[in-house]
Amino acid sequence: MTTTGPIIKTDKLTKRFGDFIATNEISFEVYKGEIFGFLGANGAGKTTAMRMLCGLSKPSSGKATVAGFDVYRQTEQIKQHIGYMSQKFSLYEDLTVLENIRFFGGIYGLDSRQLRQKSDALVERLGLQSEAKKLVGDLPLGWKQKLAFSVAVLHEPDIVFLDEPTGGVDPVTRRQFWAMIYEAASRGITLFVTTHYMDEAEYCNRISIMVDGRIEALGTPADLKMQLNEPSMDGVFYQLARGAKRGD
Amino acid sequence: MVSVDNITKTYQKGTVKAVTGVSFSVAEGELFGLIGPDGAGKSTLFRILTTLLLPDSGRATVNGHDVVADYRQIRNQVGYMPGRFSLYQDLTVEENIQFFATVFNTSISENHHLIEDIYVQLEPFKKRRAGKLSGGMKQKLALCCALIHRPTVLFLDEPTTGVDPVSRKEFWEMLGRLKKQGITVVVSTPYMDEAALCDRIALIQHGNILAIDSPQGIIDAYPTSLFAIKATDMPRVSHVLATQEPPFIGYIFGEYIHVDAPGKGNRDLTDELTELLTNAGLNGVEVKPIAPTIEDCFIKMLTS
Repeated sequence: MTTTGPIIKTDKLTKRFGDFIATNEISFEVYKGEIFGFLGANGAGKTTAMRMLCGLSKPSSGKATVAGFDVYRQTEQIKQHIGYMSQKFSLYEDLTVLENIRFFGGIYGLDSRQLRQKSDALVERLGLQSEAKKLVGDLPLGWKQKLAFSVAVLHEPDIVFLDEPTGGVDPVTRRQFWAMIYEAASRGITLFVTTHYMDEAEYCNRISIMVDGRIEALGTPADLKMQLNEPSMDGVFYQLARGAKRGD
Repeated sequence: MVSVDNITKTYQKGTVKAVTGVSFSVAEGELFGLIGPDGAGKSTLFRILTTLLLPDSGRATVNGHDVVADYRQIRNQVGYMPGRFSLYQDLTVEENIQFFATVFNTSISENHHLIEDIYVQLEPFKKRRAGKLSGGMKQKLALCCALIHRPTVLFLDEPTTGVDPVSRKEFWEMLGRLKKQGITVVVSTPYMDEAALCDRIALIQHGNILAIDSPQGIIDAYPTSLFAIKATDMPRVSHVLATQEPPFIGYIFGEYIHVDAPGKGNRDLTDELTELLTNAGLNGVEVKPIAPTIEDCFIKMLTS
């Protein structure tokens, strides 16, 4: 689809659970092809915000559109235009590589001809030919994560949400994973990424840092370092997040 | 305090090798780190040392007790915090600590000084069920429960995985205080930056130990000099470096690329690299010699 203007736009987006305000009036925009880092301490409200943007949780107040669709009324359309991958859940361990590709491709709405073409091409691109019929559970973690990412972008979504995609991965694979992220961004896919690795914050075009339900800082890594007079992203994060009251 | 001698463990009838001929030892009062990615064999080693899993071969002792023959003594003397949250979800914070104290025939008051500064943070939630705690609080509770019987050795399996940088820092400060109280700590982590906080570390991958030394010792052993490079067009920097003959090996580290040149030893390549990149038409070129981090060292070992 063609979208003009921001691909994600939120205006005072809020989610309350009883008296607890998990996400408190967050407003930001993400542009097409951008790598947007969504950072924050544990319990800051990132997961709640992501669930709303993926159409999985109804906001309490505020506005947001994702790929041009409204997060209150058009959640099914949102789900068709996004991909999602997390470290905790990505693929079915007891299905083979090919079965996972076909399963998720099918869920994302690819027909059987597209599925056949795309799954063969993907297996070849990842060099998994001899593993195609093996259970995903038997693959090393690094390969699993690369496969999971490829599956999440198989249907060429407008946006991919990556929730701590590189947790626990070895340092070489972690960098190969980021090369895949860059490659997807160069094809015009927008990447919305959470991470606890501060060096990875540097690989994002822009980042936001959430503290106690609010977005406390938003900008390019270079801007934030300059604003807070910190030489590293580690320092930026520490300065903003150490004041968190909610903690976790 | 802990001695591991040529331990091997396989799963699925020998087809999956979790740990292959691993040996190391941990001295009394030491903070020892097992550093490596998921699947490296860290949890397997922890389970063997806490007597929850039998090795296929090799020998290991904790406090001089054999992990196979003397498992009862070991279980009384060690604290273990598994990677997966394993407390009783439907008991409250207070009840969980009480439970573990009773099982080990002690009381909260008897060892209160050990858990004091962790417990202060948990106290506002003491009537909350453990299952309803957030991730960071669960980790603090698990540490309390692992400490309540005053263990001499503490085994912590990835206590900071998925935890934000501020909370990770606080957790390591707590470990530092436990060490001061004379407790030996064996801790695993996939975060390379935490390695610097250990007395000694073992870098582990695919069930093999790549190196054991102090963090500084590992860094000093880096075979060549290393340079951090930045310019306005970073993808082009990578391209220019990779297309030299022989190519410069570069890995991205935040806003810099770290580069060394195998075969050029310890020569200072600052001018050579600056010239190369400037001549390639790059702007804003910055090249500086740097000391390797543990992550640089780990990458070097994985790729050479």
